[in-house]
Amino acid sequence: MAVRQQRGWEAYSFQAVMVVLAVLALVLLVAPTLVVLVVSMTSSYSLRFPPPGYSLKWYVALLDAWQLHFAAWNSLQVAFWTTLLSVVLGVAASLGIARSATLTSRVLDSLFMSPLVLPALAFGLASLMFFTAVGLPVSATTLVLGHTVVCVPYVVRNTVAALAQMDPTLMEASASLGAGRWFTFRRVTLPLIRPGIIAGGFICFMASFDNVPVSLFLRDAATDMLPIRMWQDLEGRLDVTIAALSGVLIVATSALLLLMERFTGLSRRLGG
Amino acid sequence: MAGGAPISQNDPRLAWPLALVFLVLFVAPLAMLLALSLQGPQGGALGVGQYARFLGDLFSLGVLGGTLWLGVKVTLLCLLLGYPLAWLYVRAPAGLRGPMMLVILLPLLTSVVVRTFAWIVILGRQGIVNETLMGLGLTATPLKLLYTDGGLVVALAQVQMPLMVLPLINSLFRVDPNLADASAILGAGAWRGFFRVLLPLTLPGIIAGCLLTYAGAITAFITQSLVGGGQMLFMPGYLYQQASTLQDWPFAAAIAMIFLVAVLAVVSVFNTLGRLSRGYAQA
Repeated sequence: MAVRQQRGWEAYSFQAVMVVLAVLALVLLVAPTLVVLVVSMTSSYSLRFPPPGYSLKWYVALLDAWQLHFAAWNSLQVAFWTTLLSVVLGVAASLGIARSATLTSRVLDSLFMSPLVLPALAFGLASLMFFTAVGLPVSATTLVLGHTVVCVPYVVRNTVAALAQMDPTLMEASASLGAGRWFTFRRVTLPLIRPGIIAGGFICFMASFDNVPVSLFLRDAATDMLPIRMWQDLEGRLDVTIAALSGVLIVATSALLLLMERFTGLSRRLGG
Repeated sequence: MAGGAPISQNDPRLAWPLALVFLVLFVAPLAMLLALSLQGPQGGALGVGQYARFLGDLFSLGVLGGTLWLGVKVTLLCLLLGYPLAWLYVRAPAGLRGPMMLVILLPLLTSVVVRTFAWIVILGRQGIVNETLMGLGLTATPLKLLYTDGGLVVALAQVQMPLMVLPLINSLFRVDPNLADASAILGAGAWRGFFRVLLPLTLPGIIAGCLLTYAGAITAFITQSLVGGGQMLFMPGYLYQQASTLQDWPFAAAIAMIFLVAVLAVVSVFNTLGRLSRGYAQA
């Protein structure tokens, strides 16, 4: 009897500790986002929390913040071209290395993944030295090239994973029915791996849009990027306009995330 | 068709364009970084002078040590909170899993500057923590939370937490639920069952999560600079300061190389542990 009671108490204490820590983790994950959303609707000129009153005036002020508009437009353009380049190069490369056990494929896979763990700031500095040495001035082009190196791993990882899950007999069946490689790719492979490509492209776009370490070194004076503009604003004075901009980014990111989860099952892909 | 690769295998040459891009824009710049780091102070003969300068300087060594130690603290906090979260997620009813996953994923995709900005608001003198403490009468004057080590560790833990939780969830889903029952029937208590059965079986996920969190925390330039402030210098900030403000490229290159090697060393240690633990978890 005493043993059972002790075991019951032990199970209870274990579950209580785990649930309390898990809830703490959830609060920690969610709180900053909520705090930013609340503060962005303050009526005051400071970032006091909770705000003394509520208004949308900082969102209205955002409409006139042309410096931020300019930086956001640059970031969107760079992210667009980076994603386009990454998807074209990354999907082709994934088709080449997926399902292959050769040494070359494994080496290439490690190479394509390595920007994910290496410090991006070190790569940014190295790229600046490289472009300087070959006489290519920094510009929007060098930005896109640098971003592509650090963002293409997301496309490769998701496409390779989608290809690995595909049943190879489907391709053999298509071939035995007389379809050529290109026809098989377009009509069999591509529809099956499309969600993986879209998920990878989405993460690639977000990573490029948010990139600071590479942009710091590879942008020219005329190319102001949104995260850098925000970072510099925050280093200087604490501006409530940044809170409103953060609110816009949070809402946009949440909407895209929900959309992606619906169409590509993003969370399952990120778990791997 | 004769002698060709099986049809289910695509042409390996499709990988060449990206391989070429990486060779020119990734491998060549890193080689150049290495070459520049071996340059003398006045652009003279090749040598390890820049490395000697770093390794012979207590301040530089302190920055390196502080950065590696910061990663340890953040990783441990992420594990302490992330493991229970992953544990709760795999036990939650399907209807709750969706919203939980959104809570886990949203920080991962939200701009790092936005997430860091949130911590400035929370930890600031008029932030939620100080207002609560003063409201409860626990402190008369606002505490200094921003620009402190503790504040930075918590902020970084929040920024990196998804990278810990996702591999853990994956790993926990792979554990045979019968094993937990078996351990309970054999008389192991909940705590013992957790430490002796569940934790060892999910070691591959723990190691994968720790690797991602650690690498993320020590390279998180934006969060380190905004929440840590000017008083605390870590390797990314040190590298940026030398390259950008002081224009000392050879020394910045040496810092970058030392940081790269440190990160690679950590990655290979974790990868080795990961291989060993997978063997253990499957045995």
